[in-house]
Amino acid sequence: MSMYKIAVLGDRESVLGFQALGLDVHTAETVEAAKKTLHQLARDGETAIIYLTEQLAVQMQDEINRYKDEVMPAIILIPGKDGSLGIGMQNITDSVERAVGADIL
Amino acid sequence: MPATTVNATRMELTRLKKKLATSTRGHKLLKDKRDEMMKQFLEMVRENRALRKRVEEGMIRAYGSFTVASALMSSEMLEQSLLYPKQSVELDMKYQNIMGVNTPVYQFSTRSDASGGDIYPYGFATTSGELDGAVDALSSVFQDMLRLAQIEKATQLLAEEIEKTRRRVNALEYVVIPECQENIKYITMKLSENERNNTIRLMKVKDMMLAESLEEKRQETAKALKLFDSPTQ
Repeated sequence: MSMYKIAVLGDRESVLGFQALGLDVHTAETVEAAKKTLHQLARDGETAIIYLTEQLAVQMQDEINRYKDEVMPAIILIPGKDGSLGIGMQNITDSVERAVGADIL
Repeated sequence: MPATTVNATRMELTRLKKKLATSTRGHKLLKDKRDEMMKQFLEMVRENRALRKRVEEGMIRAYGSFTVASALMSSEMLEQSLLYPKQSVELDMKYQNIMGVNTPVYQFSTRSDASGGDIYPYGFATTSGELDGAVDALSSVFQDMLRLAQIEKATQLLAEEIEKTRRRVNALEYVVIPECQENIKYITMKLSENERNNTIRLMKVKDMMLAESLEEKRQETAKALKLFDSPTQ
């Protein structure tokens, strides 16, 4: 039984609080930096969950989709400090559409 | 007429019949699998939506407290306060099999450095009360966040599997099985056509042979009659 890490990736102000919870916090102010960190985290084999702020996620959909069909890591979108953009909800609708072939809900 | 050329032989017919039986069985099984997965998937999607809503609301509340805290404290002070966490979170991941799809199940354990009971990694002298509230709010939403991660990943993986199964079911239902049936029909008809051809040919040959032997007999009779008649001349 091995232990995995939980990472939080986002701009400094959004993710600061998670440091207090003892999570693995990574700050990225630019999208380029976020992409780099995301790949590093995904490839290290220790990080099971990556919480990513929606504000960053908007600009790196391709990178996120790459890991969508793999068990590890799970990339979960969370609202950033400026509030929710509704992408997380949209993603659920997208996966329903993918499975059913139409949006039925 | 089938789209591709088919050998109209009995062996091909047996092979196609076997293929049709397998395809029909596979189609039924896959359809059952798809239906059951869909049922579980929709249940999970419902839970996923509710959880996400709760997490997003909780986090926005926590961010609100943080904003107030950062307004009351200097940013260096705030960062310093949170720099060394008191507790560390470790995650244990197991797998759960949902209809042949491996989905992760997370279980986390927290380890506190000190047995203080609270999670605030700072002294109370230099921080504002708002920070406590913010950390509290985050910590209470964290349980839901973990559950959200688990269910959202499972939903994504299941969606992929359902898509694959759906494609397979459709390919069997609309391509493989009709094609098989058409080919079987074509071969059966071709074979019985050949059978009829053969019968007709045999009948024709028999007629010809009968006519030939009749003609022979007639000639023999004529010859005999001729011989019989000649001495009188």
